[in-house]
Amino acid sequence: MKLKRTFGLKSTLPPYSIILLLTVTVLILAMVSLGLGAIYISPLEILQNFLGNGMQSQTFILHNYRIPRILIAVIVGAGLATAGAILQGVLRNPLASPDVIGVTKGAGLAAVIVIVLFPQSPIIILPLSAFIGAAVMAAILMIFVYKKGAQPNTIALVGIALGAICQAGIEYFMVKFPDDVNTTLLWLTGSLWGRGWDQVFILLPCLVLVPVLIALTSKMDVLSLGDDIATGLGERSKLLRYILLSVSVILIGVCVAAVGSIGFIGLIAPHIARRVVGSKFKVLLPASALFGSIFLLVADSLGRGLFPPIEIPAGIITAVIGVPYFLYLLRRERKIT
Amino acid sequence: MTTLSAEHLSLSYGATQIIDNIDLEIPEGKISIIIGSNGCGKSTILRSLARLLMPQQGTIYLDGKDIQQQSSKEVAKKLAILPQAPEAPEDITVKELCYYGRHPHKGLFSRQTPEDHRIVERALSATKMTEFADRTLDALSGGQRQRAWISMALVQETDLLLLDEPTTYLDLAHQIEILELLRDFNETYGRTIVMVLHDLNQAAQYADHLISIKQGKIYKEGPPETVFTKEMIKDVFRLECCIIENPVDQTPLCIPIGLSQD
Repeated sequence: MKLKRTFGLKSTLPPYSIILLLTVTVLILAMVSLGLGAIYISPLEILQNFLGNGMQSQTFILHNYRIPRILIAVIVGAGLATAGAILQGVLRNPLASPDVIGVTKGAGLAAVIVIVLFPQSPIIILPLSAFIGAAVMAAILMIFVYKKGAQPNTIALVGIALGAICQAGIEYFMVKFPDDVNTTLLWLTGSLWGRGWDQVFILLPCLVLVPVLIALTSKMDVLSLGDDIATGLGERSKLLRYILLSVSVILIGVCVAAVGSIGFIGLIAPHIARRVVGSKFKVLLPASALFGSIFLLVADSLGRGLFPPIEIPAGIITAVIGVPYFLYLLRRERKIT
Repeated sequence: MTTLSAEHLSLSYGATQIIDNIDLEIPEGKISIIIGSNGCGKSTILRSLARLLMPQQGTIYLDGKDIQQQSSKEVAKKLAILPQAPEAPEDITVKELCYYGRHPHKGLFSRQTPEDHRIVERALSATKMTEFADRTLDALSGGQRQRAWISMALVQETDLLLLDEPTTYLDLAHQIEILELLRDFNETYGRTIVMVLHDLNQAAQYADHLISIKQGKIYKEGPPETVFTKEMIKDVFRLECCIIENPVDQTPLCIPIGLSQD
């Protein structure tokens, strides 16, 4: 019964208290996650560190490894989930996600090319090329879609086709250069291992998009009524769709550049959010972002905490959680239609 | 009042020409109804009048200015369009839907005002939807849902209201309910209504101005008494019929005989 209330129907709690609740959850998870890993640090010790009288070795670990890593988990989770929520709204397809429109795969292909063909290149080249790969895929997608007037189904189908081409490219390089498969695989599954302040600084510019998105929420709601109604209500539907598509591509590109392609967050977090707070973007976007942060924090913490000192990449955990949910979703969608 | 007209209008979908060089003037404060056989381009004309479709050639004038050159938002304050079979997220309520009608009157961050509430309440009571205000759209019957969409269009508070087959998928009683509602609205507030209808007799009954379309051209337009003739129905719909006077309101009434042989 309880399960039904939280997952089967829109929650009866007012949306803003849900968002508050989710924010608190993110903060608690972040605190717990700070302690997990090869060296365990208790919440009390973390607090002492923050107050400036902790052990020096712990302070070092926290400042140089754990804090940036948790910041990355929070931002990337939120970024991918927000991008997914926008895509699901813009494409009017509940199964749309960053992976579906081929952008993640484009980033993956670009990264694999760099890893395999230019292994000596400086570390900053990898995220940069991933972002360029995502942007190129997005550009190709938009050119193809432009002629058809940015119809939601066209975007999704072209995206899937482009993704398939990139996947073929990725596999070609992995077969052709088997020596580099390990590095490539780690990147392709997506992991927060070894990520630090450099990646945080890659991600920070994303925050510029927050006010942009807040300004666009009411327009996104109108667009979800369909192109004709949206135009009738005074919006320029096609232009709006391009702008929103661009925003989500930038988010995806930056996130993938920072941590590799972590799947399923962009699909599942907005989906859960929609069921809990409904489809109004003013509450859907923040709720999705928070669910995304929670999802990635949990995945990363499990990956670090299950078998220390061995780490399981977060991308694997999100897939293990995500695939069953996705299948459940497919079943449910089929029942409705 | 707001005027709407088209000059040398040609419309096409891709390479297929649908409407070929027509001129059209919508009479102010009247109900205009566009009729024609399936695929004759009547919905296409309506869509272009509402700037949902860009003319291939010619111009549509709203208040004397090219509608395509005006900002979509400014147009939305003067003209509301209800397309055929609109879709919405399943979980929004009738009231929430109505508030979307205020969208063109709002800036990026402006909030709902008491004035908005009054306008929404008024529209809901005009469409007799007040009691369903908090229901979600998926919990409504077809007729109620259509009335909810019409409420949204009313909330937009425009001089012009365009509707594409507003009675499709409804049973007869609900069709009449919608048409009566629109006529009331026209008579009470003097708003101009343009709609596409399938049912010829309903068109003759409710139109002040009837526009019949045949193969991308205007066959004849004017008051139903002059347009709604045996010859028009034979030429436009290839239907032999006899026209009698409707005993209720003296409008022309078509009794079909059979398909025209030539």
